[in-house]
Amino acid sequence: MSIQTSKIKLSAVEKHFTSARGERQVAVSPLDLEIQSGEFVCLVGPSGCGKTTLINLMAGFEQPSAGSVTIDGRPVSGPDPDHIMIFQDYGLYPWRTVLGNVLFGLQAKGIPAGEARDRALATLELVGLRHAIDKHPHELSGGMKQRVAIARALAVEPSVLFMDEPFAALDAFTRYHLQDELLRLWQETRPTVVFVTHDLDEAIALGQRIVLMAPNPGRIQRVLEVSLPHPRERTRDDFAFFRRELFTEFHLVHQMALQEAEYSI
Amino acid sequence: MKSRLFAILVPFLAGVAFIALWQLAAGRYTPEQLPGPADVLKAIKELSDNGVLWGHIGISLVRFGSAYLLAVAIAIPLGLFLGRFSRCHAAIDPLIQVLRPISPIAWFPLAVLWFGIGNAPAVFIIFLAAFYPVLLTTISAVRGVPPLYLKVAGNFGAGSRMTFLRVIVPAAFPGIMVGLHIAVGTAWIHLVAGEMLGAQSGLGFMIVDARNFLRTDQIMAGMLLVGLLGLGIYRGMKAVERLLGRRWGVTS
Repeated sequence: MSIQTSKIKLSAVEKHFTSARGERQVAVSPLDLEIQSGEFVCLVGPSGCGKTTLINLMAGFEQPSAGSVTIDGRPVSGPDPDHIMIFQDYGLYPWRTVLGNVLFGLQAKGIPAGEARDRALATLELVGLRHAIDKHPHELSGGMKQRVAIARALAVEPSVLFMDEPFAALDAFTRYHLQDELLRLWQETRPTVVFVTHDLDEAIALGQRIVLMAPNPGRIQRVLEVSLPHPRERTRDDFAFFRRELFTEFHLVHQMALQEAEYSI
Repeated sequence: MKSRLFAILVPFLAGVAFIALWQLAAGRYTPEQLPGPADVLKAIKELSDNGVLWGHIGISLVRFGSAYLLAVAIAIPLGLFLGRFSRCHAAIDPLIQVLRPISPIAWFPLAVLWFGIGNAPAVFIIFLAAFYPVLLTTISAVRGVPPLYLKVAGNFGAGSRMTFLRVIVPAAFPGIMVGLHIAVGTAWIHLVAGEMLGAQSGLGFMIVDARNFLRTDQIMAGMLLVGLLGLGIYRGMKAVERLLGRRWGVTS
């Protein structure tokens, strides 16, 4: 049963690069992970822990050196319009208006113009940007740009949303606001969400499960279930409990990294 | 307010000072050596009155326009192609690098052998002058398209045709526009050179013709007109660029 319902499955996935000097560098050491359909999973860890590599492997932008990545039981061989990635730098097209950007994915799918327009407008309504459809990206704030990118993704109704530190460039207020927006959108449309962040509070506010990753080599340190109902009150004690849990865990990571560094000297 | 006044007033005063200096200098030489500003204006009026001037300007503009458009029409598609396919670019780039430093003027003897005397050599020289800037900026604009744009297009399943026409071309557009801009300048400069060498009409010919009759005032009238028309074309180009840039969302 549990095997059938897992949406994304990583088995013994491994990724290494060869550096310019010909040295083999391990970005992700063999790991297993299963993500259920409709689940919201956060990948958290310090830089170099392989979280971005891992999401790129799942989204099909990179291929594993060993092991397998499957979505819906099929191996991931490349990017797929059913699994949309949202980037920190938005990736909006500056020559297109807000509406034009949201239309892009629908046009790529070959959806007739009239229907595409209706769907794009409905999605822009959903993210609260109906009033800005004729603006160009350079006229928008960072938070609005990311909402356009989210609308562009949701318009094609993907079953998986991959988000690679999508709110990292935004100020704290906008970030909280967009986190709440994202949760609302997730509850309304229920895609599977894989969300990479280095912000521990963000991970606790959003994730049903938090995958803690550690560097040298990139690996999964621990998987934490966050049993709080959404939306989560960031100032409550139970939020603080998970916060303490994560900080303790990463404190350990720091110490181990320190020791490893000492040994290598 | 004050700064705007300043921005108009200072260049105006500088212009007046230049004309005054010119007039002063002209007083020390014969009109055959250095005519004064008034002589040059009179020469323009004379050329305009006997109808010669407008014909020359017209033919020059037609030559410039057709050679420029021909260069753009070939250089942009070729540049898009070479920018997209880096293997082809690697093969052809050395050839381009050798041909590019050759002044279009150096092609003139060959151009006459190939095309005869008349319109064609001048058009060919202007064509060459416009061709390389457009080609090279187009190639680098295509190669400089942010990888994220292509990643997004690939993620949404855009085909290679859609990716090329609706992502790469518009993304490269501002860069191509810079090339079009530079090419206007180089092509206009070479227009006069091309017409001086072989043509029997146009502003360049008008200057050579004036020299043959030792009409220094008409030589300078021709030079002044070349400068003014060049400025006009440059300004027009700027206006188009700003208009398109706004549409493209690259300028505010």
